[in-house]
Amino acid sequence: MASTLFEKIWDSHTVTDEGGSSLLYVDRHLVHEVTSPQAFEGLRLGGRGVRRPDLTVATMDHNVPTSNRSLPMADQTSEAQMRALERNCDEFGIRLFGMGSPNQGIVHVIGPQLGITLPGTVIACGDSHTSTHGAFGALALGIGTSDVEHVLASQTLWLERPKTLEVMVSGVRQNPRAVTAKDVMLMIIRRMGTGGGAGSVIEYRGKGMTDLSMEQRMTVCNMSIEAGARAGMMAPDEKTFEYLRGREFTPKNYESLVGEWRELRTDRDAEFDGTFELDIGGMAPQVSWGTSPEMTCDVTEDVPDPGEFAAGDESRLRAAQRALKYMDLEPGTPIREIDIDRVFIGSCTNARLEDLKEAADVVRGQKTAPGVRAMVVPGSQMVKRQAEQMGLDSVFEDAGFEWRESGCSMCLGMNPDILGPGERCASTSNRNFEGRQGAGGRTHLASPVMAAAAAIHGRFVDARELV
Amino acid sequence: MNPFSRAAGKIAPLDCSNVDTDQLVPKQFLKLVQRTGFGKFLFYGWRHNADGSPRPGFVLDDPAYRDSKILVTGRNFGCGSSREHAVWALCDYGFDVVIAPSFADIFYSNCIKNGLLPARVSEKDAHMLMQDAEAEVDLESQTITAGSHTVPFEIDPHSKKTLLEGLDDISRTLKFEKEISRFEKDSRIPSVL
Repeated sequence: MASTLFEKIWDSHTVTDEGGSSLLYVDRHLVHEVTSPQAFEGLRLGGRGVRRPDLTVATMDHNVPTSNRSLPMADQTSEAQMRALERNCDEFGIRLFGMGSPNQGIVHVIGPQLGITLPGTVIACGDSHTSTHGAFGALALGIGTSDVEHVLASQTLWLERPKTLEVMVSGVRQNPRAVTAKDVMLMIIRRMGTGGGAGSVIEYRGKGMTDLSMEQRMTVCNMSIEAGARAGMMAPDEKTFEYLRGREFTPKNYESLVGEWRELRTDRDAEFDGTFELDIGGMAPQVSWGTSPEMTCDVTEDVPDPGEFAAGDESRLRAAQRALKYMDLEPGTPIREIDIDRVFIGSCTNARLEDLKEAADVVRGQKTAPGVRAMVVPGSQMVKRQAEQMGLDSVFEDAGFEWRESGCSMCLGMNPDILGPGERCASTSNRNFEGRQGAGGRTHLASPVMAAAAAIHGRFVDARELV
Repeated sequence: MNPFSRAAGKIAPLDCSNVDTDQLVPKQFLKLVQRTGFGKFLFYGWRHNADGSPRPGFVLDDPAYRDSKILVTGRNFGCGSSREHAVWALCDYGFDVVIAPSFADIFYSNCIKNGLLPARVSEKDAHMLMQDAEAEVDLESQTITAGSHTVPFEIDPHSKKTLLEGLDDISRTLKFEKEISRFEKDSRIPSVL
């Protein structure tokens, strides 16, 4: 029978079925310091071990300081959580890329970079942005802490079979340097809504998607969760195989695996439970104006009227009114007249080498606008080293940006990198929720190019006029 | 986990869609290494000003809704971050049931693992229940009774069974040891050690 990419991976990983749910085998379990301590404690209380430490990898990313790491940590509770991960990994024999490791970084950046992420695998991690790894043709699932414990103990997960949703992206971006993968994904979320993918696994298809580089595909799959989806994925192709070839943990029998992975795609006659179509031909760069990623518009548009945005939906109306109040924005204000205080280039969405290169191209030879504080937080130590070899650190620093150590940083502000109350930030991260980047902070989601341009001009500008 | 059969108590209405887990428990409280004590952080950002001083007016701080057991809210509840702390906070605060037109997938799964019932109802019924003061929720019959009306709710069979029996997921899974081992024998996934 013809099947989709998702179905092929699901079926090949089903250990058993019971009462409408399947027990799925997990090939790769990624662990970080925030969602794992209670899981390890649960193992100890239950007298259980880690079934497959050889399929488990840990890093520290959410809490780590991005400033000088030779200094003692300012935040004792963060430090305690990181020490707990060290002890747990030591006790259960799990490989850890700790704060001093050259491989440390955001879990969703290092997995692919190290060749730990592979096509056709099931990957689980106690983090919603695990969907990132779907860019490699993996079924990558974000899970809660109880499920982290479950995977540690059994290397499996119970899941109700999700629906399949095809997101078909056609057309060619007119200026791909200015209109990026981030803009395409924000547009998809804007159109589908933050609950649009609920209960589904998305497969991104069409020329608009296959044209993308691996790093751009990761940006798209990363934000599948912002469209409400259980996971997002793309069929692997030659770009995928080339990206993974020769990485530190790429399997020794890689070429024979590639032969098998070439078959890993949705069959011609396979059917999806639903389809969403988008033509990206004339698309503009996107900027979010509210407190949900679906509250996004073109950079050339104005902040919408809540009534117009709600289109007759009461709860949508209240959400938009509340969002504008929180964001301190008036309907009808042009996006390009919004002044910003801070710029954050980072996160598992947009802190890879290509992202930093694109941002640097806008910044080179310029200065940040007076009063704007801008920072670049590479996604991993490897990204940081590569960027420094290309001289990108100097490009940013010469322009007045701060060049930091790798971690999640101000995407969620668990470390000292936070917005002050009322501060307005152009951010390459994935969530503009109230207080996400700091209590009272105001987040506008945008691409690295758009965020970099905002740093130089002190307000949003249309990247198509610059690159 | 204790078996769940029915719950009864006061309703707290939160008429808002897309409530994300960052609102349920903000990030500054995710640094704890235990599962307990998160109730006081529930909706912290909506109950406090940026300087930490109390901000009056939030529904849970209204004396009429104190000690509520049932939260009725809008669609796509619990979206965003996978943090299970959001569910720990709802449970620790005292909620037994969350009623909404829809839930975010990871949040829903986290509820089941902690014995918190996520009950899916129609938009219309959710809005009706927001007007009620108290309700009784029966899992076996999948019904919610408030005053003179009774409405149905949806839950998938696997989750229903898990809640009704108070099953420990891991013990249940480990009964499939033979099947898991067989799968591992046939799999050629390289190790990362």
